[in-house]
Amino acid sequence: MSTETKKVKTVKWGEEPKLGWKEAMYLPAIASGLMTALKHAFSGKTTTRQYPDVEPVIPANYRGVHRLNRDEAGRVKCVACYMCQTACPANCIEIIAAPAPKDDPHWKDRDKFPETFTIDELRCIYCGMCEEACPVDAIELTSVYDLTGMSRQEMIFDKEKLLSVFDETVNSGRDPIRTNRGALGPASEEASTAKQGPPPPGRGRHG
Amino acid sequence: MYDFLQQIWPTLWPTLAAIGVILAFVPVLGLYMTFIERKLAAYVQDRLGPNRVGPFGLFQAIADAIKLFLKEQVIPDHVFKLLYFIAPTLSLMTAMFALVVMPFGPVPTDYTSGFRYIVAPGIDIGIMMMIAISSLSAYGIILGGWASNNKYSLYGAIRSCAQFISYEIPLGLSIIGIVVAAGSLNIEQIVAAQSGDFWNWNIFWQPLALIVFFTSALAETNRLPFDLPECEQELVGGFHTEYGGIKFVLFFLAEYTHVVTVSFLTALLFFGGWHFPGLSGPVDAGLGGMLLRTFVLVAKVSMVVAFIMLLRWALPRFRFDQLMGLAWKGLIPLGLVNLVCVAVVFTFDLPKHLLSFTAVFLFVASLISARNLQSTINMPRSAGRPKAGSILSEVTV
Repeated sequence: MSTETKKVKTVKWGEEPKLGWKEAMYLPAIASGLMTALKHAFSGKTTTRQYPDVEPVIPANYRGVHRLNRDEAGRVKCVACYMCQTACPANCIEIIAAPAPKDDPHWKDRDKFPETFTIDELRCIYCGMCEEACPVDAIELTSVYDLTGMSRQEMIFDKEKLLSVFDETVNSGRDPIRTNRGALGPASEEASTAKQGPPPPGRGRHG
Repeated sequence: MYDFLQQIWPTLWPTLAAIGVILAFVPVLGLYMTFIERKLAAYVQDRLGPNRVGPFGLFQAIADAIKLFLKEQVIPDHVFKLLYFIAPTLSLMTAMFALVVMPFGPVPTDYTSGFRYIVAPGIDIGIMMMIAISSLSAYGIILGGWASNNKYSLYGAIRSCAQFISYEIPLGLSIIGIVVAAGSLNIEQIVAAQSGDFWNWNIFWQPLALIVFFTSALAETNRLPFDLPECEQELVGGFHTEYGGIKFVLFFLAEYTHVVTVSFLTALLFFGGWHFPGLSGPVDAGLGGMLLRTFVLVAKVSMVVAFIMLLRWALPRFRFDQLMGLAWKGLIPLGLVNLVCVAVVFTFDLPKHLLSFTAVFLFVASLISARNLQSTINMPRSAGRPKAGSILSEVTV
């Protein structure tokens, strides 16, 4: 052991409280203990949460299940830049990018879009670094906390599932406060496509 | 044979009925006492308690019972099989055997009219038999601890053995004063001696005896301030570590039967039993009077039960030396002092309410023990540990 690791600590011994005749008689102490117990018994206040019946109020900065945001045209906001996949410390995000279909007017302002976007919800540590990394605010952690599944396969969320999480939570009035939903980041230009209305049928599924 | 049956039938049927009542009520009572205890514990701890099964969780006790009955019977390889099975039954048997001489309602003075509310009426050594039987309950616990072949179980059993032996003495001492006053060991006559006014209740002229009796009786039930045989933090589960399912239930039921016994004894010996001002007079009244008296007794008993349950959440567990010290240095001298005072009062025919001043001895005893406590607490520290408040420097970590 070197001298640097040596530390001198000061220890002060505490003193036990002296027992007086009141404590030695036990009865006053018992009475005060009983009074405390009775006070709590009849206070009528409970700290129990009736969880399945009454859902708890989740703080707005809670990091729960992921969602993939849609833009105003209903397409997936993600531009397949791999920033979240790179930032993820748990390696739970897997993106396969594809060039945006240039002949489709609906996609003409995008270069790339995620062909697949998979998050392993069991491997995720819910650190929120993906939404920090996302330049277009496409991935967000919602306040959905009761995520369950019957199998491991079921807990690997693909793009459709993540978009459906968005569809379920977008009108809940409980958006994450960390990112600004609605305004796309500078990496994505949405000005023209936003006015083109809903996506053509058959494309909406792919976002 | 038929003639014989016909001859004994008038005395046989009330006994059978009383046995039936006890056999039917004790398990149900035990189950519902667990429910009440859980609810009370929850309220004291600002929780809600069991509330999912049935209205207000009332069927929780039944659900618990079904679950415990249907549990797999696990028998560990290392146990002594015979004693392992005997111990819980013996434990419950002794606990219920003590109820034989216990009046659980107003006993008619002539023991014949109507329902008797007691299995064996008119036993002249009632209270003594009760104490004798209740000391047997250590037997089931010790057998369970021994048969489990487990260090912790055996240690819990040995603790309970020492505890039972120590607390038997103040328990007996505290009752003697009452027995002297009533002139009988018969529980019904002890109750009858307290009829009439409030001031005839034994609590008002023997408060010291009540404190000694209740403390030692609580120790006999293995309830929380004295539950060293099964304290979870030190001994896993104590003597019932190796028991599960129905065998555990028997131990559990025995404990709650003890609580019922102690509550009944406290109500009968000190709080006037089924007597209440305005309800005095002979017990051979009609059905209404009987029911009213039963209600009075049951109300008193349930208040004592609630008190015992509340005590569990008000008091910490005793250390083992404190437990022994309380019995041998505290309760036994107090019991003896009380006995001497009772003897003096009754020998010289003084008014018996003078005895309520024996409570003063509690102050005297506390003054003495306060002096002793301070010297004994500081003794071991001065030997090994540094003096309180001193600063130890240069500790290398």
